[in-house]
Amino acid sequence: MPAKGWIEVNDLYCKGCELCISACPPKVLELDNEKLTSKGYHPSHIFKDGCTGCAICALVCPDAAITVYREVTKAPASAAAGGD
Amino acid sequence: MAATIVNPENLVYSRPKGFTDMPSHYCPGCTHGTAQRLVAEVLEEMNILDKSIGVAPVGCAVFAYNYIDIDFVEAAHGRAPAMATGIKRVLPDRVVFSYQGDGDLASIGMAETVHAAARGENITIIFINNAIYGMTGGQMAPTTLPGMKTTSSPNGRDVETQGYPIRVSEMLATLDGAGYIVRRSLHDPKNIRLAKKAIRLAFETQVHGLGFSMVELLSTCSTGWGMTPVESLAWLEEHMIPAFPLGDYKIASSVAALKI
Repeated sequence: MPAKGWIEVNDLYCKGCELCISACPPKVLELDNEKLTSKGYHPSHIFKDGCTGCAICALVCPDAAITVYREVTKAPASAAAGGD
Repeated sequence: MAATIVNPENLVYSRPKGFTDMPSHYCPGCTHGTAQRLVAEVLEEMNILDKSIGVAPVGCAVFAYNYIDIDFVEAAHGRAPAMATGIKRVLPDRVVFSYQGDGDLASIGMAETVHAAARGENITIIFINNAIYGMTGGQMAPTTLPGMKTTSSPNGRDVETQGYPIRVSEMLATLDGAGYIVRRSLHDPKNIRLAKKAIRLAFETQVHGLGFSMVELLSTCSTGWGMTPVESLAWLEEHMIPAFPLGDYKIASSVAALKI
């Protein structure tokens, strides 16, 4: 099972340039058309499951807007006991 | 899902400490931001944020002094290598670098750049090459490709009257004073990682006193080129890399022997 990840996009910095969207290996990012930042951009966000926490979005982000988290891999026994 | 993953022990990446809190003024997708982030990350990793001095140029690159959280000075147009020379000679224990665009470094500042390299000044230059003048409105630069349309070459650069682009890394690599001269690109994740390694080695060259170091970074100017940020990266890969081949142009044997 691939690692579970999550990203947070800081609306203060994100300018909706879409570089993270095109670089994302599992293609789980899109612009959030429901939201506008204070600069007037639609920020990027995760729209479906599948983020692995690879941090490639953060690597290509010109505005350092992305914080990346990845679940620490546990031993197989405890992984089975984990929730959703 | 997010609630369980978002906690400090799962943190993989966050905004570098070497960056200020200020949002950048750059256009969406501008690789200046990427380059400055790499510089900030390298200075943080080398633990030299508090003894680094940046020299800002003229052009879009100038606002690096607002974003990289270290001491900065601002040079007259093109004079950043001369100013960096003076600072490094007076304060030899500091890490001194200039961060310059192609209009600044390869046009008005060409003399300062070449002579700083020829003297083997122990400074580092981060050179952003996007083949255009960005801040002033997308005019032709010394690095503009033949046939490339800019606001001052609306029919494309005509080499008969406007000459050919200058390959700065190749030129500086012929000088004995240069210790580390390489060209990298910022168009995809792999090349961004390679660029970061090169920036690290350039600063290590300076810290170890091994002479002049420069990293040329191929970059985009989506506004000046009239493309989306994603299209710009593809254009860079397709047109700029053949004209400005990536590679190591000069690595002095003393630099090659460095173990990081």
